[in-house]
Amino acid sequence: MWAGIQELVFGRLTPADFVHDPIMAGAGIGMVGALVLAMIALTYFKKWKWLWKTWITSLDPKKIGVMYLIVSVIMLLRGLADALLLRTQQAAGGSVEVLNADHFQQIFSAHGTIMIFFVAMGIIFGIFNLIIPQQIGARDVAFPFLNSVSFWLFAAGMILINAPLVVGEFSAAGWLAYPPLSGLQYSPGVGVDYWIWSLQIAGIGSLLSGINFFVTIIKMRAPGMTLMKMPIFIWSALGSTSLIMFAFPILTATLGMLALDRLMGMHFFTSDMGGSPMLYINLIWAWGHPEVYILVLPAFGIFSEVVATFSGKKLFGYKSMVIALAAITFLSFTVWLHHFFTMGAGADVNTLFGIMTMVIAIPTGVKVFNWIFTMYRGRVRFTTPMLWFMGFIVTFTLGGLAGVAMSVPAADFQFHNSLFLVAHFHTMIVGGVLFGAFAGFTYWFPKFTGFYLNEKLGKIAFWLWIVGFLLAFVPLYILGFMGATRRLDHYDPSLGWQGLFIVAGVGVMIIAAGVGFQLLQIVVSIIQRKKNRAGEDPWGGRTLEWSTATPPAEYVYAVIPTVTERDDFWESKKKKHHKVAPVYEDIWLPKNSGAGAIIGLLAMIFGAATIWHMVPLAIISFVGIIITLIIRLTTDDTEVKISAAEVAKHELKRSAV
Amino acid sequence: MSDVTLKEEVREKEAREKKTLGFWIYLMTDLVLFASLFATFAVLRTATAGGPSGAELFDLPFVLLETMILLTSSFTVGLAILGAARGYKKQTIFWLLATFALGVAFLAMELTEFSHLAAEGFSWERSAFLSAFFTLVGTHGLHIAVGLLWLGVMIVRLVRFKFKQTDLNRLALFGLFWHFLDVVWIFIFSIVYLIGSMA
Repeated sequence: MWAGIQELVFGRLTPADFVHDPIMAGAGIGMVGALVLAMIALTYFKKWKWLWKTWITSLDPKKIGVMYLIVSVIMLLRGLADALLLRTQQAAGGSVEVLNADHFQQIFSAHGTIMIFFVAMGIIFGIFNLIIPQQIGARDVAFPFLNSVSFWLFAAGMILINAPLVVGEFSAAGWLAYPPLSGLQYSPGVGVDYWIWSLQIAGIGSLLSGINFFVTIIKMRAPGMTLMKMPIFIWSALGSTSLIMFAFPILTATLGMLALDRLMGMHFFTSDMGGSPMLYINLIWAWGHPEVYILVLPAFGIFSEVVATFSGKKLFGYKSMVIALAAITFLSFTVWLHHFFTMGAGADVNTLFGIMTMVIAIPTGVKVFNWIFTMYRGRVRFTTPMLWFMGFIVTFTLGGLAGVAMSVPAADFQFHNSLFLVAHFHTMIVGGVLFGAFAGFTYWFPKFTGFYLNEKLGKIAFWLWIVGFLLAFVPLYILGFMGATRRLDHYDPSLGWQGLFIVAGVGVMIIAAGVGFQLLQIVVSIIQRKKNRAGEDPWGGRTLEWSTATPPAEYVYAVIPTVTERDDFWESKKKKHHKVAPVYEDIWLPKNSGAGAIIGLLAMIFGAATIWHMVPLAIISFVGIIITLIIRLTTDDTEVKISAAEVAKHELKRSAV
Repeated sequence: MSDVTLKEEVREKEAREKKTLGFWIYLMTDLVLFASLFATFAVLRTATAGGPSGAELFDLPFVLLETMILLTSSFTVGLAILGAARGYKKQTIFWLLATFALGVAFLAMELTEFSHLAAEGFSWERSAFLSAFFTLVGTHGLHIAVGLLWLGVMIVRLVRFKFKQTDLNRLALFGLFWHFLDVVWIFIFSIVYLIGSMA
């Protein structure tokens, strides 16, 4: 009787699940401790109300964007710590056991999953939130409440993926959890379930965001901003969100089927009863390959803005850039099989996908030339964003060439699952997405805060990053050629790999130092903010977001601008036009709503309850989500008016400054 | 018409257009989800692991009746929307209730089919084919259930409150959703049941 009730309430959770080895326990205690400290601080300074009113319930994309970035930075530190542990183990070469095999597997699974879903995706959505509305001359996104739901689902997934540090274990099946290893038979524990539900919840949030920003771009552009007058970053976001709309439902379906295999004894991906593990691998990459472009397209967009601004020239080949972006968007759905040439689909299928992979390199190459020609004869200013851009050109071309090398199926049989591959995709994602994010962060930071980031510390961070990055990954290309496969927790010393692994480990440490300098840069810049004041147009910008107040008002635009040409703000600065007294109108903005955060919290509880098989709790939280949604959707009064007089008062203050 | 109400109307129209486009796109993403499940079903159709195939399991006349019920419900929701556009509140509620009843009947028939199969020992655990069958058809059924919930909330609102523009908009979106589920069902009927019975 008692055992029955215990099982009903707690599922398969037992006190033993809280016991961890020292490293994980340390990380878990650290995380929980930091959380408790933050809560004590909030209570001590009586800031709970402030947190609830200005952040948690906010539907303002500028606030939501900042929250995305904060989560991403914390997760970047977690992922980096994972990387340090992995490389330490490998540098030791198995002679000293830093991590046991199981823990090592959990860490590389967590590292990959966190870096893609909770760092890269978080950064992309953070930047979308901050930049897209401003750059198209809009005050808000199309669906502000949905935006808040997306963020809180993302946050719920983030908490679930970190929960194994405290209770239970994480998946040891790699970042994409291939079956049959991830099936019930070989992974009976909660690890893979943590992986599934964390990604499922965050993934649905991403899908909703994708729809939201797509509609925002299609419907909310300022009058006159035709498609071909949009900033390139908006084009890249349009491509990225289109990919989200097509790719993320596949992820939802695939994760759903894997969950059904594990929860209900189905046989989609099992190796018996007719199941097909290879089907999973096809499906997950039909999402996974577009995902790569979902991440990197916005980075291309950021670099296009940065290089044009800091070269003082308009972007070279705008039209070809748009065509290249569109081509990549389309082609990214035609190459997924190159992730498993070794599956044995046959020479003809492999050849087709090999050729498509080479084809997709062409539009990417076009972009590289466009960026270089933008700098040509420009008045290039070597600011930190520009350094990240130039670092990107070097690393991205290097990684891209490695990618083309791997697109040859015959050669791929050698590279497959080797460290050469690991080096390739790190070059693309770190050198592409992350460098893009850093460039964008430095570039747009003054717009939202009113002060610059410290250039000197930023440059030191950049050089540490690029040197550390090359030291960390060039040895992996070589090790890959030597036959080292990915995910090795030990290897025979006679292979002679240890030296290169040590170099790679040192590289990661230098990267970590770079991250340290970035954090220092933020702190120092905040302290010196009085000295580093930035105006409304600190870099000599070209696009609309630089025409707003710094930091932007809640309503961003007092009067919605009318666009007449590409780089409209740049052109309008050149013209000597008379300032016409603006006519202000009432502005409607969404009211705050706690429903998004409540849905996120309930989704997290639902995920945890499903992972631990707590049936009643899962049902209660699911019903709770539905009730919250019904209440919210039947609420009519969701907007608040800022009257024209208030806007005029606010704008008067702005012009006085 | 005063300037203020004109602006209100523009705002209202813009909001409606955004929601309609957003909802269309949501439907398209849902279609991709169904496409993934259809592809999975196509791959696993013959993976019966020694168990029964579709030809041995499906009761076509039963499924045809299910199909007819669902198609009729699409017709009744259309009548409800026509009624709402003319402001006939009673007519709207009547046809929505009819849609609700038909939806419940459809769902009940589907669950009957499922429980029969399970009772005969042919549940989703029997083979990959049956896993794919239950998941594809069940996902559609889940959508129908969500639709019924939505419909229920709308009916309650219509009965209790005055007709408003937002109700009309939501009804139009619901119509899209319900027709969409019809289209998906036509594919399920053709690919899963008809082709499955032939093999």
